[in-house]
Amino acid sequence: MKPRHKRFAIVAGGIVAIGISAALVLNALDSNIALYVTPSEIAAGKAPKDKAFRIGGMVKEGSIKRDGVTVNFVVTDTVKEIPVAYTGILPDLFKEGKGAVVQGKLGPDGKFTASEVLAKHDENYMPPAAQDAVDQAQKAQKTLKP
Amino acid sequence: MNNRLINWFKFASPQSFYPLAGRMIPWFWALTAAFGVAGLWISFFVAPTDAQQGEGYRIIFIHVPASWMSMFIYCIMAGWAGLGLVFNTRLSGMMASALAPTGALMAFLSLWTGALWGKPMWGAWWVWDARLTSELILFFLYIGFIALQAAIDDPRRADKAGAILALVGVVNVPIIYFSVKWWNTLHQGSTINLTKAPSMAQTMLWGMLLMALCFWMYSIAVALMRARAIILERETHTEWVKQLDEVKS
Repeated sequence: MKPRHKRFAIVAGGIVAIGISAALVLNALDSNIALYVTPSEIAAGKAPKDKAFRIGGMVKEGSIKRDGVTVNFVVTDTVKEIPVAYTGILPDLFKEGKGAVVQGKLGPDGKFTASEVLAKHDENYMPPAAQDAVDQAQKAQKTLKP
Repeated sequence: MNNRLINWFKFASPQSFYPLAGRMIPWFWALTAAFGVAGLWISFFVAPTDAQQGEGYRIIFIHVPASWMSMFIYCIMAGWAGLGLVFNTRLSGMMASALAPTGALMAFLSLWTGALWGKPMWGAWWVWDARLTSELILFFLYIGFIALQAAIDDPRRADKAGAILALVGVVNVPIIYFSVKWWNTLHQGSTINLTKAPSMAQTMLWGMLLMALCFWMYSIAVALMRARAIILERETHTEWVKQLDEVKS
């Protein structure tokens, strides 16, 4: 074994060791790294109690109701739903049927009072004409089903 | 060794690498300009407006190439650093130090343009989600690498210390890349994937790829220029450097 082979073995071994330890640490921290919990996880009792946290999900279609400066809407992951109340300015991309992350506290009545609302953008980029075509196709499919 | 077409180890010596780099730099600058003009033209005039984000999405033409480069340059830097540790070649360390400032610039651009985009789109300049945080750590790794090398006077020892830091930090790169898949993040998932068709309009994709090529060429050109400067600095005592036209005058 030449010295440079030995050095290569040390470098490669070191990287593997660091990689494994990083994987173990990240695995242990898993729930703390997640930015938000989903409504299903809240239903399963995974949400922190008496502490501010974030919920992520879709804004349910037809659920946005404005009451003065307060906005009420429902965040859903298509299985469970959480009603949310928020007072303040909403980001441009906040829309029904789109992703959102809300930060705040869960009340005892199961209603979430948000202090911050963030819009979550999806990874799709397309011009308005293409978006229209997609919407039309989805609408057509919906009307055909029943 | 002699039956190989090109003896790669020949270029591991600063003396033969210096003129080679000098000849390559103008070509990489020319390519940077060509890809840059084409990329910017498509980005601003050809690519359509996005259905949801309007004109604001055009930040991706800088943001995405800068983010890619910040991760890729780190891998190359760590690769050079590893080569230097294993083969004890002097040029490897010089290349690693030549790449670091460009990598730091790319990481900074990625964070900065991301913040500018995040405010109107998400509603926040900064969120401590896994993608943003790991990219910030990458930026700190670059800064740390530069600072560590600057703190040690002996260049050979500086190379070695920097190489170890660069190699340790390389675990962060897959974490950045897969963060949007492994954890719930505010940052969206990747649009360009190796396994499926990109979920983006064709002209937008072209603009982004051309800008990415432009950033590649720029990074190579700048890194080679910096490497030449480092060679001159560290090899001033040698006879061949003293014989160079640009040194004599």
